[in-house]
Amino acid sequence: MKPLLDQLAGFVLGDVRADQVVPPTGITARLTLFSAAVMAFVAVCALSLALAAGRLADRWENELARTATLRISAPSAQMAAQTKAALRVLETTTGVAEARALSDAEQAALLAPWFGPDLPVDQLPIPRLIEIVETDEGMDGEGLRLRLAAEVPGAVLDDHNRWRTPLVLAAERFRLLGLVVLLLIGAAMAAMITLAANASLAANAQVISVLRLVGARDSFIAGAFVRRFTLRALFGAAFGVALGCGAILLLPRAQVEGGFLTGLGFQGWHWLLPLVIVPLAAAVAYAATRAAAQITLRNMP
Amino acid sequence: MRGAGVIELENVAYGYDGGEVFADVSLALNAGSFHFLTGPSGSGKSTLLKLCYGVLVPTAGQLRLFGKDRRGMARDDIALARRRIGVVHQDCQFLDHLSVSDNIALPLMVSGRDLLAEDANLSELVGWVGLRDRAKALPPELSGGERQRAALARALILSPEVVLADEPTGNVDWEMSQRLMRLLIELNRMGKTILIATHDLALIRAAKAHVQARVLRIAGRRLHLAGADL
Repeated sequence: MKPLLDQLAGFVLGDVRADQVVPPTGITARLTLFSAAVMAFVAVCALSLALAAGRLADRWENELARTATLRISAPSAQMAAQTKAALRVLETTTGVAEARALSDAEQAALLAPWFGPDLPVDQLPIPRLIEIVETDEGMDGEGLRLRLAAEVPGAVLDDHNRWRTPLVLAAERFRLLGLVVLLLIGAAMAAMITLAANASLAANAQVISVLRLVGARDSFIAGAFVRRFTLRALFGAAFGVALGCGAILLLPRAQVEGGFLTGLGFQGWHWLLPLVIVPLAAAVAYAATRAAAQITLRNMP
Repeated sequence: MRGAGVIELENVAYGYDGGEVFADVSLALNAGSFHFLTGPSGSGKSTLLKLCYGVLVPTAGQLRLFGKDRRGMARDDIALARRRIGVVHQDCQFLDHLSVSDNIALPLMVSGRDLLAEDANLSELVGWVGLRDRAKALPPELSGGERQRAALARALILSPEVVLADEPTGNVDWEMSQRLMRLLIELNRMGKTILIATHDLALIRAAKAHVQARVLRIAGRRLHLAGADL
């Protein structure tokens, strides 16, 4: 472990000689820093979206799984009797852990976002809702539907599957998309660093030729370029991540009223994840520059 | 004579783009020897020198650098061999962003030597080639003669066993060329192996008065020992 740390420290502190022999490149350095910062910023945003989508998928999955709703539409005179009958059926149904009819107040609260708080629920022909919580084993939805059709003609069972499955699928695809975007950002960054490193190596062909002439090994020459680009990517990415986290902090906090759009930020330990982007960017730059330098040097006498 | 020289060419041929520059060239640069290589422009003098320090690989025959077959040498081995060979080109190339002194110290830097420990050696060498006053200048500020002397100092800083010089006096006046030649003769007296490619016959004649040198000539794609007139 210690030799590795020594190597890392040596790499960061650098070989002054190797740094000295490659001339400073102003515009390439600034562009590499800028590109790394932009890529890291976008990566933070993509990560935030992917995590938010993941949370949403988990929430929908957990909240809607093992729950169902029974809707009873009946003339008001039969409503109480059908509700009682339905509850009786549910009590004797295998796989039902709990079943309870929502009160008028609870139903009014559900409708309030659409009709306002002053809705006279008792005067409207609103169906009665029964909330069903299933056991871990789950219930036989089709069997329950058949029994209800016979005993409670006004009951309609909604086990949420119809709209839960596509929603969860969409959220999971969204999370996957975020991860793919992160990978693409990494690949784009590698491509940009490779281009910049190749440009720098080509611009310094004479320097490399002189160094080879006086007996420099490939590792010495490559090291000068690799360290330079790795550090640029590291500092650029650190700046981009700081900026990205700042932008995420400015997003509205998660609120029920705002739905998905207000829950886009990081939560809890997820705030640590953007920090991984910085060493990852440096690692990508290291690998890309090393490969570019090795290919260039191999073609030189 | 196999294995007798520090650099040996045995029936070497070299060509590119379908053309043959020379063929069947055999040469052994023994330790402490002094050779001139002459021939008309385009005859392959520079190419032969490039073979001698491992930039080129023969298309036929065998080239040995310090006893190792060039074809079997890894890139790191070639780099290490080049530290034992000082090279001076006619168009000396430097790192223009480094001072003359730093350029001369370049072989020390790339070979990982302690620059502080070598400081006295560097200073002495800079003085020996007469560039003490120009040590802090940048290469583009040097005259042709100063560049040649700086290149010679850079070639010598690691105290190599062999010095190869390609038209080292090509860009300088007669007086400066005599001075450079005196430096090379002095190095030979210190035991260095010297090979100088030049088309300047007057320079060769003048040098032969001071040093035991073999003169080789490339002509008709072959290497010959030059006549007694040289």
